[in-house]
Amino acid sequence: MTKFNYTAKDFKSAAEIRWCPGCGDYAIINAVQKTMADMDIAHKDFAVISGIGCSSRFPYYMSTYGFHTIHGRAAAIATGVKAANPNLTVWMISGDGDSLAIGGNHFIHLVRRNINLNLVLFNNKIYGLTKGQYSPTSDRGVITKTSPFGTIEDPFSPGQLVLGAKGTFYARAVDNNVKHTQEVLAEATLHQGTSVVEVLQNCVIFNDGIHEYVTDPKFRAERQLFLKKGEPMIFGEQEDKGLIFENGKLKVVKIGENGVTRDDILVHDPTDDNLGLQMALINMALPEFPVAMGVIRSVEAPVYDQEMEKQIKTVQQNRRITNVDQLLQSGNTWTVDGENCSEPVKFFNDKCFNTK
Amino acid sequence: MKDAKIIELEEVAIRFSGDSGDGMQLTGTLFSDTSALFGNDISTFPDYPSEIRAPQGTVGGVSGFQVQFGKKKITTPGDLAHVLVAMNPAALKANAAFMNPGGTIIFDVDSFSEKNFEKAEFKTNDPFTELNLEDYFKIPVPITSMTKESLKDLELDNKSVLRCKNMFALGLICWMFDRPLDYIEGFIQKKFGKKPLIAEANLKAFHDGYNYGMNMQHMTPQYMVHPAPIEKGLYRNINGNHATAWGLIAAAEKAGLELFIGSYPITPATDVLQALAERKDLGVKSFQAEDEIAGICTSIGAAFAGDLAVTSTSGPGFALKSEALGLSVMAELPLVVVNVQRGGPSTGLPTKTEQSDLLQTLYGRNGESPLVVLAASTPSDCFYYAFLAAKIALERMVPVVLLTDGFLGNGSEPWRVPTMDELPTITPRKAKNPETFKAYNRDPETLAREWAVPGMEGFQHRIGGLEKNAAGGVSHDPENHQKNSEIRAAKVENVVNMIPELEVLGEAEGDLLVVGWGGTYGHMISSVRTMQEEGKKVSLAHFNYIKPLPANTAKVFSKFKKIVVCELNMGQFVSYLRDKLPQFQYHQVNKMKGLPFSVHELVENFEKLLEA
Repeated sequence: MTKFNYTAKDFKSAAEIRWCPGCGDYAIINAVQKTMADMDIAHKDFAVISGIGCSSRFPYYMSTYGFHTIHGRAAAIATGVKAANPNLTVWMISGDGDSLAIGGNHFIHLVRRNINLNLVLFNNKIYGLTKGQYSPTSDRGVITKTSPFGTIEDPFSPGQLVLGAKGTFYARAVDNNVKHTQEVLAEATLHQGTSVVEVLQNCVIFNDGIHEYVTDPKFRAERQLFLKKGEPMIFGEQEDKGLIFENGKLKVVKIGENGVTRDDILVHDPTDDNLGLQMALINMALPEFPVAMGVIRSVEAPVYDQEMEKQIKTVQQNRRITNVDQLLQSGNTWTVDGENCSEPVKFFNDKCFNTK
Repeated sequence: MKDAKIIELEEVAIRFSGDSGDGMQLTGTLFSDTSALFGNDISTFPDYPSEIRAPQGTVGGVSGFQVQFGKKKITTPGDLAHVLVAMNPAALKANAAFMNPGGTIIFDVDSFSEKNFEKAEFKTNDPFTELNLEDYFKIPVPITSMTKESLKDLELDNKSVLRCKNMFALGLICWMFDRPLDYIEGFIQKKFGKKPLIAEANLKAFHDGYNYGMNMQHMTPQYMVHPAPIEKGLYRNINGNHATAWGLIAAAEKAGLELFIGSYPITPATDVLQALAERKDLGVKSFQAEDEIAGICTSIGAAFAGDLAVTSTSGPGFALKSEALGLSVMAELPLVVVNVQRGGPSTGLPTKTEQSDLLQTLYGRNGESPLVVLAASTPSDCFYYAFLAAKIALERMVPVVLLTDGFLGNGSEPWRVPTMDELPTITPRKAKNPETFKAYNRDPETLAREWAVPGMEGFQHRIGGLEKNAAGGVSHDPENHQKNSEIRAAKVENVVNMIPELEVLGEAEGDLLVVGWGGTYGHMISSVRTMQEEGKKVSLAHFNYIKPLPANTAKVFSKFKKIVVCELNMGQFVSYLRDKLPQFQYHQVNKMKGLPFSVHELVENFEKLLEA
């Protein structure tokens, strides 16, 4: 039984969506709207905050409260929203340029503080809104308008950054796999703290096919490993390949070969605070490994906005000062009441402040 | 006591000066508080180096604290000190220029050694002659050795003993100015409550310093400064940064909102954040951000979510906040930004005062980006202007910048504390009717939009940095942008209806109108009063409302033969006045030394203008 019976449609605004035809963003917004409907939380309590970039137009296409802010600052603004009102359900929409370049500082500190919000990080490895410059997730050597001879820098891996900042939740999904993206987003909404969901998103105009080798549905089973809590890390068309941990490293093995059985395969537990294994899963890359999808890490830790509320409540339990008059009269004060003293004069003259 | 020399004075300025580790700020503060409790009006000026610990004994490491107190209204910490307490030769050297001719210099004779002369870069072993201080009343006191002697029976290490030197000096000064000892005694007992031995040592050094003065009265003049007649009421000492913080808390209470401050530590504004962080008891949400940008951005987020949102900073941090400040102009959210100005550009003079962020505040953003600018003028009125900044922001849905400065922020004065009843109401423009609500619907009179925050049923809407139409949709329509640019400007100008008229201190017409703004008030009014007492037709118009200017500004200006604008910058307010009120001719007095004006230099300038 749900309380509100929302459908995805209840979260769509009347504004015309202006992403390019075929853009991966369409699939992501559908997944987000469906997820919001399923959350069964009052529509009025949603706030969607974004920065700048193609993905950051997102709030305009939502019927919730929304704030399309400035480049890189969505993390800080969303932090303020959530700290001011922890009862809100805050979603932050951002891209690789917005969160990992100009907003990199805010991004890592958001994650470090573990603000209770859902962050959807659209990673298309390019600046789309400014028409095709390399981003901090672009691969070394890639040729773009600002790197006509190829880039000479290595990219960030969003998952590595999240773990490096002591992140409590990191998941990966692909825009063309709406069902899986929804599953991941649903798990993200259940997490207390900052949940970062990196979505590999295709920019049809400026970086078409950048993730294709990984995301091509025809090879999905071979090239992607769908991690699920409590299940063995098995992949492949025949579900015959799996991961084991050997000599401090992950290794792909074939079940049934060299005496390997299903029981030898690693079982996924995102709730285990095992940074080493989770980092290894994040780092897996083709062709040696499949690319890890799903919730890679989801651990419990204190949540900033809840702690802030709690601290205020604790202090207030034993407070001696309960209002501003008491504050003003606290500490070292003295009374002046001598013969040659004049009557006190109000600082503000009422006449000046009567207008609304 | 009969043979002691007793001098009765209207007002006295004392400067405590020593190494930055000598505890001079504490010594000065304790003496100031004692004087205020005694009933003197006071004004203080801490002057400390930006290095936490510059090399000991060098001029760069000298930390000073000046307090002026008297039996009449004190508006400045005093241009020049009547009494200097110098803990070493470097302190003497750093402060020689700030001494009243013929003043008294109390110095620690033990530290006046060849080694320390060298550290302070004296060329000879006679620092007084070298600094032309021969005619001053010099009192050599063996502060170090007397402190050691005083504490020799206590089981204390040498370092802890030397840390009590400042209390010995403080005791001596308390005797010289006939201060009661109980406040300082109580402070020491409380501060070192958990370290009884340290408490005992400080108390003993303090008492022995006092007794030393009494015993040596033949050589030490004693000063009497009687209590000042002032307004009846409950008083406390307050510095500008605390007053600012408390004014914001008062505004939140009055408006029925929670207070959020997102901020990043920066000298000399950090105290505002600290004073608010202390007030969890009153529900203040203080957030120390990862940088200045996050400071303002978290506040903008909190404003979007319905809190009274504030960020505090100083010049360089204000520069970093500019883009986000533009967002708050565009999104039309209520936001208060406090800029405690310091010397610039760049890192500049972090611990020194200046008024050079005015043009940055007025214009330092991309696009046409008008906002309201207020300036506080005394440490205690920071409370009221912070309160008012919040009132304007919440009632007019506009960002407001409050300019204070290092001099106000760190300076303190006794303040008659108001009750909350004395403060005007604050009515935030919370949206009421979801049927008619549109994000950029406006009050026809004030042009302020309504404030609907997440969680309010039926008001769901989107805002952002892009230009919008009335419904809140993105709009690139040329006519719409023209109209909105004009509306945002007019909305700020309309604030003129809720601010008071410009006051003239002195006659409403005359030969010279002295114009100032913000933190220079104390020195300005002192210099104008001095000249008025001499019968000169000089008046003061001091601005607290910069944008918009008070409605009667031109009328006030028109009644004087000459106008002189005084500011601690190269002429920023005057250039703004030339732009807004070009019909007048303005003279200027500007200073860029990282120091407040002195009354003396202002009077000199005004006299020249009157003669010309």
